[in-house]
Amino acid sequence: MPNRLELTGITKQFPGVLANDHVSFAVKPGEIHALLGENGAGKSTLVKMIYGIMQPDAGEIRWNGEPVVVANPKAARKLGVGMVFQHFSLFEALTVLENIALGMDAKIPSRELESRIREVMETYGLTLDPHRTVATLSVGERQRIEIVRALLLNPQLLIMDEPTSVLTPQEVEQLFTVLRKLAAEGCSILYISHKLHEIKALCDTATILRGGKLVDTCDPKQETSRSMAEKMIGTGLKDIVKAEGRAFGPPKLVVNRLSTVKTGHFDVAVDNVSFTVRAGEILGVAGVAGNGQNALLDALSGELIGDDREAITIDGFGIGLMNTTQRRKQGLCAVPEERNGHAAVGDFSLSDNSVLTARDRLGMVVLGLINSGAAKTYTGKVIADFAVKALGPGATAGSLSGGNLQKYIMGREILQKPTVLVVSQPTWGVDAGAAAAIHQALVDLAAAGSAIVVISQDLDELRALCDTLAVINMGRLSAARPVKEFSVEEIGLLMGGVHGTAEMA
Amino acid sequence: MMRFRLEKRPEPSKLMLYGTPVAAVVLTMILGCLLFSAIGYNGLRAVQEIFFTPLTNPYKWQDLGIKAAPLIIIGTGLSVAYRANVWNIGAEGQYIIGALAATSIALLTWGMSGWWILPLMAIAGMAGGMAYASIPAFLKTRLNVNEILTSLMLTYASVQVIYYLIRGPWKDPMGIGFPQSRLFSEAARLPNIIPGTIVHLGVPIAVIVALIAWFVMSKTVFGYRMRVVGAAPHAARYGGFSENKTIWLAMLVSGGLAGLAGMLEVAGPFQRMVPGFPTNYGFTAIIVAFLGRLNPLGVIIAGVVLAITFVGGQVAQTTIGLPDEATGIFQAMMLFLLLAGDILVRYRIRRISPEASAGAA
Amino acid sequence: MDLTIAILVTVVGASTPILIAALGELVVERSGVLNLGVEGMMLLGAIAGFVVQFHTGNHFLALICGAAAGMAASLIFGFLTLSLSANQTATGLALTIFGTGFSALAGASYSARPVTLMSPIFPDLAAHPVLRVLFGYSFPAYFAIFMVFAIWFFLKKTRAGLILRAVGENDLSAHSIGYSVIKVRYLAVMFGGAMAGIAGACFPLTLTPQWAEGMTAGRGWIAVALVVFASWRPFRLLGGAYLFGLVMTMELYAKAGGGPLSAIPSELWAALPYIATIVVLVLISLRRDASTNAPACLGKPFMPSN
Repeated sequence: MPNRLELTGITKQFPGVLANDHVSFAVKPGEIHALLGENGAGKSTLVKMIYGIMQPDAGEIRWNGEPVVVANPKAARKLGVGMVFQHFSLFEALTVLENIALGMDAKIPSRELESRIREVMETYGLTLDPHRTVATLSVGERQRIEIVRALLLNPQLLIMDEPTSVLTPQEVEQLFTVLRKLAAEGCSILYISHKLHEIKALCDTATILRGGKLVDTCDPKQETSRSMAEKMIGTGLKDIVKAEGRAFGPPKLVVNRLSTVKTGHFDVAVDNVSFTVRAGEILGVAGVAGNGQNALLDALSGELIGDDREAITIDGFGIGLMNTTQRRKQGLCAVPEERNGHAAVGDFSLSDNSVLTARDRLGMVVLGLINSGAAKTYTGKVIADFAVKALGPGATAGSLSGGNLQKYIMGREILQKPTVLVVSQPTWGVDAGAAAAIHQALVDLAAAGSAIVVISQDLDELRALCDTLAVINMGRLSAARPVKEFSVEEIGLLMGGVHGTAEMA
Repeated sequence: MMRFRLEKRPEPSKLMLYGTPVAAVVLTMILGCLLFSAIGYNGLRAVQEIFFTPLTNPYKWQDLGIKAAPLIIIGTGLSVAYRANVWNIGAEGQYIIGALAATSIALLTWGMSGWWILPLMAIAGMAGGMAYASIPAFLKTRLNVNEILTSLMLTYASVQVIYYLIRGPWKDPMGIGFPQSRLFSEAARLPNIIPGTIVHLGVPIAVIVALIAWFVMSKTVFGYRMRVVGAAPHAARYGGFSENKTIWLAMLVSGGLAGLAGMLEVAGPFQRMVPGFPTNYGFTAIIVAFLGRLNPLGVIIAGVVLAITFVGGQVAQTTIGLPDEATGIFQAMMLFLLLAGDILVRYRIRRISPEASAGAA
Repeated sequence: MDLTIAILVTVVGASTPILIAALGELVVERSGVLNLGVEGMMLLGAIAGFVVQFHTGNHFLALICGAAAGMAASLIFGFLTLSLSANQTATGLALTIFGTGFSALAGASYSARPVTLMSPIFPDLAAHPVLRVLFGYSFPAYFAIFMVFAIWFFLKKTRAGLILRAVGENDLSAHSIGYSVIKVRYLAVMFGGAMAGIAGACFPLTLTPQWAEGMTAGRGWIAVALVVFASWRPFRLLGGAYLFGLVMTMELYAKAGGGPLSAIPSELWAALPYIATIVVLVLISLRRDASTNAPACLGKPFMPSN
């Protein structure tokens, strides 16, 4: 039997970067094939070419043995390629049914479509109400729409792009069941991820990309996580240097019954959250995306201002009614999840971006006038200390790669030596080298006596980095406990909304 | 076949940022020449009279000055507001209300003399413009009502205020029935600064206003606030700049300056309120602000360019019979071409090599 | 009674151009594009319609040419905002400035020259003292009402309408599924331009039988405001447009009715539609779900990563 999909010498050049450099591999019928690599390794570009969103500059795609040109996604679907995107291609204001109809190339009467949807859902145990508006659905349910939409076309190859980054461990297990069933029926699956344990648990073959080049095609069951990680990252992994058995100082940040008001229609507010972070401590906040993390960060940073002065205190001083500027003066710095447009202004120079958050703590403003010399000097220091690859303080933030911009932003806040630092997704979309540097800087800041809160969806990151851990679900935060006391299963249950030991037993 | 594609630049191009307005003006001349030739005028003469005669004929320079002054003052205010992404489209209305407020002072002090009358009129003008701009500001910040529509609707309404006042309460008793206010007293008229010309005090004021605005926008936290709110409102909030406060400031500055321009215009060239007072300076200043790249120094140049087209349009009307309305077309073309050229600031055009496009086909 | 009938007939006449222009803009906005050049496109449609009617005497040809003029202008807008990703707000303003200038130039030699108004479709019923409320209008009034239904059906019931809504809701997703965002938006913008052109042509063809500079007097902007007022729904637009027609013709009613209303200065009446627009925008903003129905991509340029 010919290979379901075979790539030979696929090459794609973007301005300044070779995204794919002569990549060749094959996927057999019924095979679950992992495409493994770091952010920026070229995985997404590769699947976009398979799905016809982009065209390769060179190379050949063969489908069931025949060479093909995939001109657009419609052509891909016609061949039998289905795709579930990492960032869902859904329309929030439309219903499930309308969303699925949009993904179908043939015009199917909505009644017939609905019955086919119900049939697919029954076969694979995916439950959904076709008439609900997408905006009201959870992330896991939204993914189900994408999967149902792809399955309705009876695909011979299903591409899953980072499907588990938004799921709880339990939801991941359910997804794997569906995927195994599909593979058993002969559908090939191209599974894109950088999560090694998932790949070991699910996949038959793994193709590893690094810097746009194919490094290896191997059997993940024969490899250790470490050996695959080294192939993925290249040089030996750097571990976080963290002094063992450190004692924490007095409480720095005390949050007491903090709640926020829902701002948008579909936002999740923070609901009666309390925790304490001591000097030298790193508290991790785990949770599935969209469970109030953004509101928690905004409420701590001062972008959302509550009505209780004492709900947030630093060294016993109530800052609950202060705005971001005043809180920074009190020693609380924050880094939101979104880099471009929130933590930094893409059109501004790095120097001007330093003025954004460091102007008061570092005296960059005198009598309403901006001291651009001071901003430049400080920016230069951030660039040097955090090894930011940039043309200098005058480079625009938008010209930096994601990882470098994140290093700059983290550096900008950390070098202000805040008493309390709150960061969200500190290494989202950042390559391993930069992530290690950011983690080390956070550990060092804590060692110097600051209290740190890290909000992240990456459990591996939190378990490696944090001293204590709490889980946020629907705006509520579980009690914080030493990170070593948690098992992955327990975190998973908390992420899924199961609180308290009684229910877990 | 040769094909082109757009490719994002790593950094926005400074050359294109300042080069495209110049290119837009030049292209406007070329396209305008073709367009007016096509519809039966002497296109080359039209371009020559509109763009060059005002510069080469020294008698026209004073006209340039007094046309450019209100455009620069209003354009400066709009450049501040648009920087902050506050779309005040109603500068014309604020200009009118400012002029009416100044007129009210002139009429109240009619027959009096004193150095304080003009400054008082200026304050009234600015206050009038600010007050009128505060309506959209209030509605935007409190109720999230689109400021484009409200400020524009208020402009249409403001014209009716003029008509009402000069037909009724302010009607000139000596006006033999004409709907107009009385001629201002000497103390309420702007002094000429160059004897023997019509150049009034408003001209140097315009330049000073733009220079101050340039300093404030580039060197102070106020300017930083405007720029950051416009470029990334979310980041501005994170940086501690309230969006609502910024909207208020942007509206008040642009409204106040439009009101000041209204005062200078009514106390300078008009010296009384007449039905023909609204001359669309408030709308033309939108083009000035964009052509000047929302930079007050650029606004000075752009104000002069637009003034040239106004003066040149009148020249062309008398010399080659080109209708006055042609000026508006030249101005709109300039704005179109400028907006079209904007893409070159962030993108560059690359030729796709035939091999690569063949591979992609 | 006769007066009421007369008023109602005037209301429908005055509302029709606003309704047609607003329906076009509604479709444009549903596709995620904000075209603020409606006023300019209307003026171009008005002068094109006038000139064609003046020279040919054919009303339908005049309407079609009005539509073509509006559509041509909308292509300039489309090219700048869709092909070159220019700022939609600024480009819309430029289009209005251009339309104002161009129509003034083109119409300069036609001022004070009369044309004939379109006659009612049902001449017999139009003469009836009561039934003329329903049957006393020329073609555009019925066209507008038909388009309300047609656009509602298109958006709600057809696949093309679903795709248009999807593009306005999330352009990047629509692109990744394989729909051509730019093509859909071009078509929507062109439709909006044609509708604005027809709306503009209604002024010389159904309201005042001559050309006057700037004769649409801000009605294009009111149409834009009405789309917001109607929460992007066609049937609410119908009600909103007739409400505005009422506001605009109230002066007649007040003057004819005598009493205290007739003492109100005419300048206030003239300003009333604009003030009413602001009031309406304020009222709609007070509603809880005011902005939730707005297309999520409205006014944002489409920038795919490749």
